[in-house]
Amino acid sequence: MGRSAENPAALGNAAALPYAVTVRGLTRRFGDFVAVDNISFDVRQGEIFGFLGANGAGKTTTIRMLIGLLKPSSGSGRVGGYDINREQEKIKPRIGYMSQRFSLYDDLTAGENLAFFGGVYGLNRDQVAGRIAELDSALLLSAIADRMTASLPLGFKQRLALACAILHRPPILFLDEPTGGVDPIARRYFWDLISALAADGTTVFVTTHYMEEAEYCHRLSIMYKGRIAEVDSPPAIKKKYRMTSIEDIFIHLVDR
Amino acid sequence: MISTRILPLMRKEFIHIRRDPRSLLILFLMPLLMMFIFGYAINMDLKHIRLGICDLSRTPASRDMIEALKASPYFDVVVRYDNPGRTEKLFKKRLVRAVVIFDTDFERALERSAVTPLGVIADGTDANSATLVQNYLEGLFMGRSLEISSAGQEPPIRIKARMLYNPDMESAHFIVPGIVALLLIMIGALLTSVTIAREKEAGTMEQILVTPIRPYEVVLGKAIPYLVLGFGIAVFIMIFGHVWFEVPMRGAWSWLLLFCVVYIFTALAIGLLISTVVATQQVAMMLSLVATLLPSVMLSGFVFPIASMPQPLQWISKVVPATYFLIIIRGIMLKGNGLAELWPVVAAMSGIGVFFIAVAVKRFKLKL
Repeated sequence: MGRSAENPAALGNAAALPYAVTVRGLTRRFGDFVAVDNISFDVRQGEIFGFLGANGAGKTTTIRMLIGLLKPSSGSGRVGGYDINREQEKIKPRIGYMSQRFSLYDDLTAGENLAFFGGVYGLNRDQVAGRIAELDSALLLSAIADRMTASLPLGFKQRLALACAILHRPPILFLDEPTGGVDPIARRYFWDLISALAADGTTVFVTTHYMEEAEYCHRLSIMYKGRIAEVDSPPAIKKKYRMTSIEDIFIHLVDR
Repeated sequence: MISTRILPLMRKEFIHIRRDPRSLLILFLMPLLMMFIFGYAINMDLKHIRLGICDLSRTPASRDMIEALKASPYFDVVVRYDNPGRTEKLFKKRLVRAVVIFDTDFERALERSAVTPLGVIADGTDANSATLVQNYLEGLFMGRSLEISSAGQEPPIRIKARMLYNPDMESAHFIVPGIVALLLIMIGALLTSVTIAREKEAGTMEQILVTPIRPYEVVLGKAIPYLVLGFGIAVFIMIFGHVWFEVPMRGAWSWLLLFCVVYIFTALAIGLLISTVVATQQVAMMLSLVATLLPSVMLSGFVFPIASMPQPLQWISKVVPATYFLIIIRGIMLKGNGLAELWPVVAAMSGIGVFFIAVAVKRFKLKL
């Protein structure tokens, strides 16, 4: 995995590739509250697909439905070609997931966390060790392998969480606000890793509320109150609204 | 049969246990503490009951009785007085637990061989002890009364009670097996519910559920390490009860340990069930204690006999796992029972365990 963040070529080819994620009329209600309201979109393979929205816009609810943690109230979707309503067990081995909250075991060392998550994905010890060696140059895992996870700085924890999510080489990666609370340098470094993963063919579905992160995405979906207000590439969106910053467009869409 | 995905889960759980030596220490010390408290404090037989005597008769007959009372290990005669009016004051000052009053015509009534009244007053604020005191005094005077009435001849009926299985009426022999039953169900339920609640709190449960691991694998991966730990605690407290409190072991250890595993499994299932309804470790802890400790102490026959409970409570006691385990452990340790005598009880306990596990796994799946 290189550190190159550039992947413009993927865009041109992407249209010809099958979709990694397709969603049609997806809806989730919690009582009277409609968290996700009849949304539809497609994510191409090898694409970084950004879900942009304020807190409570329905980003996390959407991800949770796609990875099988939450049943949709209505609508359909496919992840990696499998139905999210009926074939969750087939989806699970093919995805990686990094949640909004840092959710690794604090009382295990970094290495033990990696061994555990590798193990539940069916990797044996040698395979886990091999993957750690592969990911080492980018994620610097060997330096922290013996350290207790609780004692790691947040930036390291985030890289460890990413490592745990991609050990089993999932073709599709779901990241729910992966850079929350991390300093700008660590965030920049993290996005370089994401871009490199996409360049290697991994589809990345990422939510964020940092507007500057939107620029890293090949395509953006701007979500507001459970609905998708806009989907397109960042340059196309800027062109359409004749604005230079995604933040301005976001505020414009929300105010509308 | 065991999927390879369970192994990393179990390995991780053992690391959690190892990394938390304080909790581990508490898990082994708490049973010790409880055994000491219950083993020594719950003493079913009262001794050295403080007794007052009001002898208005002052005759050889009454003095003879008083000597008998003084000689008894159950009573300490602490006050002797002549004014019956003082009686209530003695009770109010808590100087005595009971008084015996010999009326003025005590000896004359005896000589006329009429029915002789003898006043006994006991402190009823502690109804249990009061009943015991009454029984002791009745026993003592009944013996004397028979000797007097039959005057030289053998009394027509003499009760020679022999206590089977616990000849010395040692409370510890009765209580220690009860504590094993109590602790195992409590610790088992507590361990499972708290460890799952912890994963929910930390968000790691969600992370696990996204992996290809199946709910039943999560359940087994959690249950097996705590089954091993619970079993270790069980062996520890049973050996301790056997060595320190000298609770006899008349049956086979192998049966007892086997039934222990079934019982612990039931406890883990209850913990699992609790974990499906709580979100935090604190609530899990409270609910586990209330759901296991309360019924196991009150309704299992641990101290209070089930037969004397109102009918609805007796029905409830039939679904309390400790009820069955108490019969099993007391049967094996004190009576030397084996499978031949205990199989219906073992079957009932296993049935309850299977029921709890089925409900727990079903609910666990549903929650995902």
